Amino acid sequence: MPAIDRKLLRDFRRLWAQALAIALVLACGVAILLTAFGMYRALDDTRSAYYERNRFGDVFASARRAPESLLREIGDIPGVLAVEARVTGDAILDMPGRAETAVGRILSLPEARAPRLNIPILRAGRLPESPSEVAVNQTFALANGFQPGDVIEANLGGRKRPLTITGTVLSPEFIYTIGPGALMPDNRTFGILWMRRDAVAAAFDMGGAFNDVSLSLDARTPPGPVIEALDDLLDPYGGLGAFGRDKQLSNSFVDAEITQLRSMAMILPPVFFGISAFLVAMVMGRIVALERSQIGLLKALGYSNAEICLHYLMLAGLIAVLGIGIGWTAGTWMARVMAQLYAQFFDFPFLIFRVELWVYAVSAAVALLTATLGALRSALRAALLPPAIAMQPPAPPRFRQTLLDRAMAAARLSQPTVMILRSVTRWPGRSALTSLGVALAVAAVMTSTFMSDALDRVIDAAFFQSNRQDAMLIFSHDLPLSALEDVARLPGVRQVEGQQYHSAILRNAQYEKRVPIEARLPGADLSRVLSRQGAPLDAPPGGILLAERLAAQLHLAPGDTVEVAFLSGDRGTYRMHVSGVVQQYFGLGAYTDLAYLNGLFRQSPRISVANVTLDGTEIDALHAAIAAIPNLTGTVMMSSTRRSFRETIQQNVVVMTGVYMMIAVLITVGVAYNGARVQLSERARELASLRILGFSRAQVSYVLVGETMLLALLAQPLGWALGRLFTEAMVRGFSSDLYALPLVLNTAAYTRASLVVLAAALGSVLLVRRRLDRLDLVAVMKTRE
Amino acid sequence: MTARRDTVFRTRDVGKVYETGGGQVHALSGVNLDLYAGEFAVLLGPSGSGKSTLLNILGGLDRATSGRVWFRETELTGMNDRGLTRYRRDHVGFVFQFYNLVPSLTARENVQLVTDVARDPMPPDEALALVGLGPRADHFPSEMSGGEQQRVAIARAIAKRPEILLCDEPTGALDSQTGIQVLEALREINDRFGTTTVVITHNAEIRKMAHRVIRFQDGSIGEVTENATRIAPSEIAW
Ligand SMILES: Nc1ncnc2c1ncn2[C@@H]1O[C@H](COP(=O)(O)OP(=O)(O)OP(=O)(O)O)[C@@H](O)[C@H]1O
Ligand SMILES: [Mg+2]
Repeated sequence: MPAIDRKLLRDFRRLWAQALAIALVLACGVAILLTAFGMYRALDDTRSAYYERNRFGDVFASARRAPESLLREIGDIPGVLAVEARVTGDAILDMPGRAETAVGRILSLPEARAPRLNIPILRAGRLPESPSEVAVNQTFALANGFQPGDVIEANLGGRKRPLTITGTVLSPEFIYTIGPGALMPDNRTFGILWMRRDAVAAAFDMGGAFNDVSLSLDARTPPGPVIEALDDLLDPYGGLGAFGRDKQLSNSFVDAEITQLRSMAMILPPVFFGISAFLVAMVMGRIVALERSQIGLLKALGYSNAEICLHYLMLAGLIAVLGIGIGWTAGTWMARVMAQLYAQFFDFPFLIFRVELWVYAVSAAVALLTATLGALRSALRAALLPPAIAMQPPAPPRFRQTLLDRAMAAARLSQPTVMILRSVTRWPGRSALTSLGVALAVAAVMTSTFMSDALDRVIDAAFFQSNRQDAMLIFSHDLPLSALEDVARLPGVRQVEGQQYHSAILRNAQYEKRVPIEARLPGADLSRVLSRQGAPLDAPPGGILLAERLAAQLHLAPGDTVEVAFLSGDRGTYRMHVSGVVQQYFGLGAYTDLAYLNGLFRQSPRISVANVTLDGTEIDALHAAIAAIPNLTGTVMMSSTRRSFRETIQQNVVVMTGVYMMIAVLITVGVAYNGARVQLSERARELASLRILGFSRAQVSYVLVGETMLLALLAQPLGWALGRLFTEAMVRGFSSDLYALPLVLNTAAYTRASLVVLAAALGSVLLVRRRLDRLDLVAVMKTRE
Repeated sequence: MTARRDTVFRTRDVGKVYETGGGQVHALSGVNLDLYAGEFAVLLGPSGSGKSTLLNILGGLDRATSGRVWFRETELTGMNDRGLTRYRRDHVGFVFQFYNLVPSLTARENVQLVTDVARDPMPPDEALALVGLGPRADHFPSEMSGGEQQRVAIARAIAKRPEILLCDEPTGALDSQTGIQVLEALREINDRFGTTTVVITHNAEIRKMAHRVIRFQDGSIGEVTENATRIAPSEIAW
């Protein structure tokens, strides 16, 4: 091996601690790029392939009851390639060997032919062949331990019927499955049932009719005009508003995840690469300064400028290689964890959750580029150092008398303190960048702890302030208020309150949004809507309350008027005034007064849902009774929603908080450790002189520890500001029509972030201090710079 | 020394001006000097008289501000960076006052730094043997005395079989004992390979081992004397 390369390897080994500290920060960038970008591509590609193979629809609509003759007209809409009409409905399922009921969404399968769109994939068994057979979605079967041949009882149109499970399937429509009224997927209590069309039509009284339709379009046709045409056709038959893939529930959840991954891949890695480049620049700058005479020597010996430049770039390259190695390992592991997480939420028939090789290559290239850019200035300086000048020791840095010096003299500061302040002001750029690095670490900790605080707030708001019922009973169609009395008589029921649900399009000028409207009885105590301040709100007659994000999307404020076009009820269009804004983290809700709304529809007050509180000891009896009630299509047990929400979210938050914390500590260590090492190297003589002059170890360490900690302290306010900025960005990035996060930043969050980072900084400099203690005074004074 | 006086270096009216914050420093002015193949020349002169400056220009480490410098038939003045690098690599060996070894490389590896890039080098171990350091080849600079380090530097300088050896105060940091060892190594090489050797020194006694002595004064050459007889390094009174 050439001697110059041997020098390279020995220098690298000597610098291992600093190199590792930088490599770890670089590795964060590589790992996150690998995971976020790799997973984003994987998810996107997997989904596209799945949609393509199984002919996922482009436009979807449901109606109350449309005649099959309408299908020809739908097919004639320009741009429509295929039409698939179905009958769907929800049913309560009585689960074998379990008291708790489940809700099944029943979909019809075409008779005597394969489905044209949204083609289900058979995973086990066979598709149903007789009216009493069903195929169920695979996750529902897995969660409940169903095998082909098992029998469940369904409450179909008021009659209980045994259904034999013949097979399990996956469908592109249900990559993400969430039940009506549920906040989180729960595969135990919500399933999809594919059934022969004649059986579904009989159960829901849909002979010769359909209530659900999917269309596929040719590639050149935008969905907008087709949606409008379809709406016009379905309007007379109780059309509930057609929508494209972007509003399809399962698809929009996958979309939300993909968007999150992409923004993560765009935002985070550049931060890490930036910090790494700075650290490389700082360390390489110091090395080149230290090796001036060696550089001069190499030139005197006949090494060319290019060879010397390359020599130092390769040193940085070795750091990058270390970072890439660690980053690839960590990234591969993180991608696997992520894939497991996706497997838990998303149901794909095939797994392309593999980060592709070219993503590895790209991440490595970016890391190498980062290190090269960081080292470039120093390497060029080394290359351009005139050989003769390189033979002389560097001129001592010029310290000039400044205002600060006079101020320090006036303040009678101790000599070590003066040394600290002088050094900070002597290299303002380096000091500023060191502080910036520490500030970024503070921001990273804040971003991580913010998540769990925000979710605590969400859980408290959603489950303890707003939805305080133990269960929701969902009726197949609206019932008179007197139905509440029947519910009250069910075993274990303590309190009952009713609600009515409608679907409507809200319009304000050019803005419009299709939302569910909840009609409520004033003073409802189980399901409450709350103002931003947490006060319960009731919509007055003629008024409507809007979720905060909905009001923002429609550009509405309290006092404004909004047009409400109902898709249910009397399907009329009314104007209501916005009487308030509601704090809400799940979905986009709108709320009106129940009596007022039914008055508009010229009907007596009705309810579609009963909220109840329960006596826990009689739950089993309740479930038995529920399964026998004819008009019930669903139950949501809030206790199990709460549990599954807590479990899934909390588990993910713990992982995420851990990852962010680690990242923050790595940044701090990278910045503080390298800063202190460079300082020690620059000041070895000075500090040794102090020791020889009789300063104690503690006093000398104070100079070293003091500068880093001073910069770390100065970084705190900026860190808090950046932390706030990051969390705001996170809240924005996380917010969609499906959910939102509150911006929760309390004093504890700021304090915690500062303490974590300051502790990590102190730990790093104390490591360097150990070297100072071992400093060989004689050797330091003897060596020539 | 050959009778034909084969000229290795020729300088004509060489001047060197340093621009500093405090104005111009005339380090050299009107230097005319010929150096001959195989000779052992000593440069003497007070501090700041321009000795190092001239040596750096001859070695291609620095450029003259005015005048012309030839190495045999090649003009050094006017050569670009690449040309000077090639010139240093192929023809010149340097020895500096502060040894300038790479601390992370052993003695052998320090010599290897040169043999890796030279055209027709001798094996590193042979160069080390020439300065009497064969057994220390695997030692790092920090494990050697100043004299030993300087001898490694000489081994490194001669390993490429240079035509010229330029030494700036090679004994400046050494005591008499080690200084003599170093000078003996230089003399040995000059005798054996006929390498043109230029040595800057502050020790006037060393002049007695030279063929010629060149005295510097205020950036130009004062007098040049030729020694009729040379003494051996061991006879030098330190
Ligand atoms: N890089 C430089 N910038 C400015 N002036 C310089 C520089 N290098 C040398 N000089 C000046 O040029 C003059 C000659 O310097 P040089 O190093 O050649 O002297 P010297 O004879 O080698 O002295 P010494 O015996 O002390 O080594 C001196 O006045 C010196 O201050
Ligand atoms: Mg000199």
